[in-house]
Amino acid sequence: MDTIGAERELTYAEATREAMQEEMRRDPTVWLLGEDIALQGGIFGQFQHLPQEFGFERVVDTPISEAAIVAAAVGAALTGTRPVVDIHFADFLTCAMDEVINQAAKISLMFGGQARLPLVIRAPSGMVRSAAAQHSQSPEAWFVHTPGLKVVAPSTPADAKGLLQAAIRDDGPVIYFEHKALYTLRGPVPTADVEPIPIGRAAVRRKGRDVTIISYSRTVHDAMAAAEALQSAHAIGAEVIDLRSLWPWDSETVLRSVRKTHRVLIAHEAPRVGGFGGEVAATLVEEAFDYLDAPIVRLGAPHTPIPFSPPLEQQVRVTAAQIVAAVRAMG
Amino acid sequence: MATGGDLLPPLAPVARITLWHTMLRIRRFEETVERLFLAGELPGFVHLCIGQEATAAGACAALRIDDYITSTHRGHGHTLAKGADPARMMAELFGKATGVCRGRGGSMHIADFSVGMLGANGIVAGGLGLAAGAAMSIKLRGTAQVALAFFGDGAANRGPFHESLNWAAVYRLPVIFLCEHNQYASTTSARSLTAVEDIADRAVAYAIPSVVVDGNDAEAVYEATRVAVERARSGEGPSLVECKTYRLRGHYVGDPTTYRDREELERWRARDPLLLLEYRLLQEDPTRAEELQRLRAAVEAELEAAVAFARTSPLPEAASALEYAFIG
Ligand SMILES: Cc1ncc(C[n+]2csc(CCOP(=O)(O)OP(=O)(O)O)c2C)c(N)n1
Ligand SMILES: [Mg+2]
Repeated sequence: MDTIGAERELTYAEATREAMQEEMRRDPTVWLLGEDIALQGGIFGQFQHLPQEFGFERVVDTPISEAAIVAAAVGAALTGTRPVVDIHFADFLTCAMDEVINQAAKISLMFGGQARLPLVIRAPSGMVRSAAAQHSQSPEAWFVHTPGLKVVAPSTPADAKGLLQAAIRDDGPVIYFEHKALYTLRGPVPTADVEPIPIGRAAVRRKGRDVTIISYSRTVHDAMAAAEALQSAHAIGAEVIDLRSLWPWDSETVLRSVRKTHRVLIAHEAPRVGGFGGEVAATLVEEAFDYLDAPIVRLGAPHTPIPFSPPLEQQVRVTAAQIVAAVRAMG
Repeated sequence: MATGGDLLPPLAPVARITLWHTMLRIRRFEETVERLFLAGELPGFVHLCIGQEATAAGACAALRIDDYITSTHRGHGHTLAKGADPARMMAELFGKATGVCRGRGGSMHIADFSVGMLGANGIVAGGLGLAAGAAMSIKLRGTAQVALAFFGDGAANRGPFHESLNWAAVYRLPVIFLCEHNQYASTTSARSLTAVEDIADRAVAYAIPSVVVDGNDAEAVYEATRVAVERARSGEGPSLVECKTYRLRGHYVGDPTTYRDREELERWRARDPLLLLEYRLLQEDPTRAEELQRLRAAVEAELEAAVAFARTSPLPEAASALEYAFIG
């Protein structure tokens, strides 16, 4: 039997499944809907065994009807249930954009806060194995730009669990980005009865005095690898901050670090132009300008849809080597 | 829709052999892709149309090279049947610079505009509206072309299917909506999540004539499509052709297909579209065996050359990653 609060290793996919399981056990109004989740258990195995435990009324296979999936979830969230939508690939959020942007995000404001809208939209994002232009995007910035939504993007199994739990318990709409390349990542995950990870709080993954590297989702792992290399090969101490939540985001933790290191690099897989790194950089310029000893560096994908061929895909991905080179070039 | 409208002469024997040949080219292409993918030679994900060759071959046989098609995630067969070069297709699946999309698209975005193939699509139902738009362009330009959209049974549950049908009907567009009803959308049987048995029933709501045919009978698909094409070419507007078929492989290569039973698979295997037409051709004239044998050898030679071309072609230069991203 697991000790309460103890940790063991799970994969990221297993961690999301455990979060679903625990939330569905503690709250009978939590339910799941999406394509190929119940019978198949999800294309990454992240829903396996859930229908067996909770039944096909609470784990619902839907037609290929993204607009209806999200609209139905919004309606169900307004009327006393807590739907969790799986959107298959984050790229297909476009097929339900009106339901996310014009309905879910605005209902609280438009109707003067008459109802809560406890909705979670899970969106597998990111590049993996040459999935090509329509199955590889990291579209989180679109949603950060939309007032009314919360946006999270966990990078570890523990955060995958804790943030999904927090998202489910949250009373507003939350877009939960899970990176497809992280599903098989193993790491320690707390067992039941640990408080969920609060939305809006970053994690300092590594302490350092020379430079702050800010990232989220899969790129955190590249940032960590870069930080190790910077330390061992160049004696540069990098502090790595995993934002975890993009809206709201933890500017305080970031500012505290920058006031100490005076140098900042922001890295994400999403396109650099209009990416979340721009928001972070602008905030730092506004609030910590006097502390900066070098221009802020932003790394992100170049301005192209994701090409298929492996060398091209690799070319548009932010890597640890790029982070190392960019930090060294800061002087 | 009346399927018997004799606007074109029935298929001559030689055209039927061509139909069989096209199906064989698709079948062997797909089997080769499957083998290469499992051997780790192909990046990405692949969806095969093994078992559904009759829809691609039959429908495209009713089209001219300057007609347009839009396709789905399961698009290799459509692309081949429309006339694309298998060597450049294979190179695309390998992600090579010589690929038909220069290695940028891969299996799910295979396209060959030079033969009117306007693209496979990673977005289910993404192609229907594009075909309607191509048909509007045909009207504007005043040509005698038509556009045909392949789509799956699952795609008929997305909004764009419904919007495109009404659209095509009100503008009387020269477009054919060709449904490949293969009984499943990924793991989900059409029976469980599509309220009607025949997608063709939905065409009624948009005042579009429709027909349901045996999608494993390439001649039947051809017949139904050519009637629809003639309607379109003569300005009578859109049609929907529904082909009942079955994919004999998983949704994608690697799919464990736990959601369907062996017996169902065997039932459909017995109705293999290639065997059906071959049987018919040989029943009528056993001396055709020789010609079929000759075509078999030709298909193998074509494929071998395609794989060799793909293997020996260069990968794109990493530094060229941004090329074609932006029409500037
Ligand atoms: C908008 C959208 N939703 C979901 C998917 C994931 N997906 C890819 S193929 C597929 C099933 C499609 O079924 P159908 O239209 O019947 O075509 P088939 O695979 O049977 O050829 C699904 C759900 C997608 N690619 N696009
Ligand atoms: Mg189908």
